[in-house]
Amino acid sequence: MGKVVLVTGVARQLGGRLVRRIQRDPEVDRVIGVDVLRPEHHLGGADFVRADIRQPTIGRVLAEHAVDTVVHMDVTGTPLGAGGRTSVKETNVIGTMQLLGACQKSPTVKRLVVKSSTSVYGSAPRDPAVFTETTPPKSLPSGGFAKDAVEVEGYVRGFARRRPDVAVCVLRFANILGPRADSPLAEFLSLPVMPTVFGYDPRLQFVHEDDVIDVLRIALHEPRRGTLNSGTFNVAGDGVLLLSQCSRRLGRPTLPLLLPAVTRFGSVLRTIGVTDFSPEQIRLLTHGRVVSTVQTRETLGFHPRYTTAETFADFARSRQPGLLPPEAVAAAVDRVAAGLPTARAAGGHSSQPDGRTAG
Amino acid sequence: MADAKVIPFDDDRSRGGARRRPHQPSSGRRTAAPDTAAGVAPVCEAAVSPLPGAARPRTEQSRPYGAETETETETETGQGPAPADGQEAEARPDRWERRIAGGLAFLRRRLTGDYEVDEFGYDKELTDQVLMSLLRPLYEKYFRVEVKGIENIPSDGGALVVANHSGTLPLDGLMMQVAVHDSHPAQRHLRLLAADLVFVLPVVNELARKAGHTLACAEDAERLLRQGEVVGVMPEGFKGIGKPFSERYKLQRFGRGGFVSTALRAGTPIVPCSIVGAEEIYPMIGNAKTLARLLGFPYFPITPTFPWLGPLGAMPLPTKWTIQFGEPIQTDGYPPEAAEDPMLMFNLTDQVREQIQHTLYKLLVQRRSVFF
Repeated sequence: MGKVVLVTGVARQLGGRLVRRIQRDPEVDRVIGVDVLRPEHHLGGADFVRADIRQPTIGRVLAEHAVDTVVHMDVTGTPLGAGGRTSVKETNVIGTMQLLGACQKSPTVKRLVVKSSTSVYGSAPRDPAVFTETTPPKSLPSGGFAKDAVEVEGYVRGFARRRPDVAVCVLRFANILGPRADSPLAEFLSLPVMPTVFGYDPRLQFVHEDDVIDVLRIALHEPRRGTLNSGTFNVAGDGVLLLSQCSRRLGRPTLPLLLPAVTRFGSVLRTIGVTDFSPEQIRLLTHGRVVSTVQTRETLGFHPRYTTAETFADFARSRQPGLLPPEAVAAAVDRVAAGLPTARAAGGHSSQPDGRTAG
Repeated sequence: MADAKVIPFDDDRSRGGARRRPHQPSSGRRTAAPDTAAGVAPVCEAAVSPLPGAARPRTEQSRPYGAETETETETETGQGPAPADGQEAEARPDRWERRIAGGLAFLRRRLTGDYEVDEFGYDKELTDQVLMSLLRPLYEKYFRVEVKGIENIPSDGGALVVANHSGTLPLDGLMMQVAVHDSHPAQRHLRLLAADLVFVLPVVNELARKAGHTLACAEDAERLLRQGEVVGVMPEGFKGIGKPFSERYKLQRFGRGGFVSTALRAGTPIVPCSIVGAEEIYPMIGNAKTLARLLGFPYFPITPTFPWLGPLGAMPLPTKWTIQFGEPIQTDGYPPEAAEDPMLMFNLTDQVREQIQHTLYKLLVQRRSVFF
């Protein structure tokens, strides 16, 4: 018996990629993509249904195609095309409510996968350094996408209680980066000069787009032997990068500003539409956030292919070099090393420092 | 709360016998007998002699990388130990070259972001090469810290170092970190648990994270201990560091004893640590409570020099420090459910507290003067 998978939010890059990828899985019979806009990218041979998940029509789509697996990807922080924060929030919260309501009525749905975010943990100085899936946030996100994600997860938990026969998997993704990333953080990291909060160097974690697709596939199929794919899981690449490291690796200088100035600067940037510099993003860039991925490895059986640093390197390669490319900086340091009187005087020995610096 | 009541019992007792007890040979601690019998000098010498030995390989090692910038290279040559040997002349250009090359390699790694931090934000390279070097003059020259009982910290595996807290500013924690790193044969890195105020303040939080400190909470402590790190905690917290000068060397309540259950859960030994000398660096004779509340600090110290002399008043007094690591208290013999047993927690907390207080008094008696 083949699976019928419904994916929401396919007009976005990640949704589109997931649809294209899972069609090649032998277990999958049909894939139905749903979004309010027709995607600009092709969806392989998948059926596209133009529907708004905020409307009850989504229930008809589920019934019509006898969908058994629902992948809810339409929980995002940025509007698709035109539309402000209000429509994003509505799609996130009302859309999830409608979708879950439809799933609850549908007798065929057996599995639900929800894309959430590690922003549900918030970021505060009083938080433990590493969040596990059970860590309660010290200060709940007060608005923005993080609050949407908290509310979405609340509805999903309610749904899981009411339909215990449906396997529910909530994946909390760290910041998704990759060559095609279009998240607010990716936009921030593409600024020529990155405004940062003075006196704070947040710890960041990234997860690669390819890993996102892989872990979603693990979640939407039958669990492999010895693993369990229902529950809540943090998904992030191994390791941690500091924002200062990110800026140096990108070669984009930072502009440290005092916290109130950053908030004002952020709202200016948002107004002129350069980047979505939301308060919650400022909090992330102040206090940082690191999650534990032990559950994902041991219970879900997923091992990310990219570490945080590798994900970031892949992202950096896809962007224009910054004002101070690390190669140029390294070359400048090497020139200084070569130009030192001791290095010149030593003559034959000069190969030694070069060897050291190269290593 | 119940735990608040249990501990003063010990407090009263130790206060009563405070000055007298070390003279009595009945104090059955391991080091007690030779200390009281042989007097101060041999003990000091025995403890001091490992220091230069341990310090030498460290300076040797820090030399290739220690120079972050040109200026730092200069200062290092200024204090650079000049071994009066014959071959020194020919060895020098080579060593010089290596040192500069190492400094540039370090600079290059830093500028290109090619270094690693752990999930707590601990930047080992920066700590070893820069932060420790900045603290070392304070440690070696200013407070002349004398370390005893470093062998009580295991060479590998986790351990929880529990110390008294004093001095208005948490310099004692930093000195303890240098002490563990510089005098331990395995050059272990002490991971301190800091108050949440540290992570609220700009700049301070950044440096604290990079130096390997993290928030004092059970989750972080247990995670570090399970990773086999040496974790330092000062359970007195603000009660200890912000106590008036008149109460110096009187241990305050040890929180709720959470550190004991964390060590029990992780199965790591508890190493009591007594720090003498930190109490007198900023003798706190008053506390401007209103100002502290306005600024959001737990206390606002008034010392004989601060704030009267302005920034000059913020100079700590050059006291002579002793850091003594006591005999470890093993926790691996307890069953897993022991961490939930409040009675056992209180008893162990008391035991640790008593041992620290006891050692404090002993060290105080041995001390010749506050400054020497």
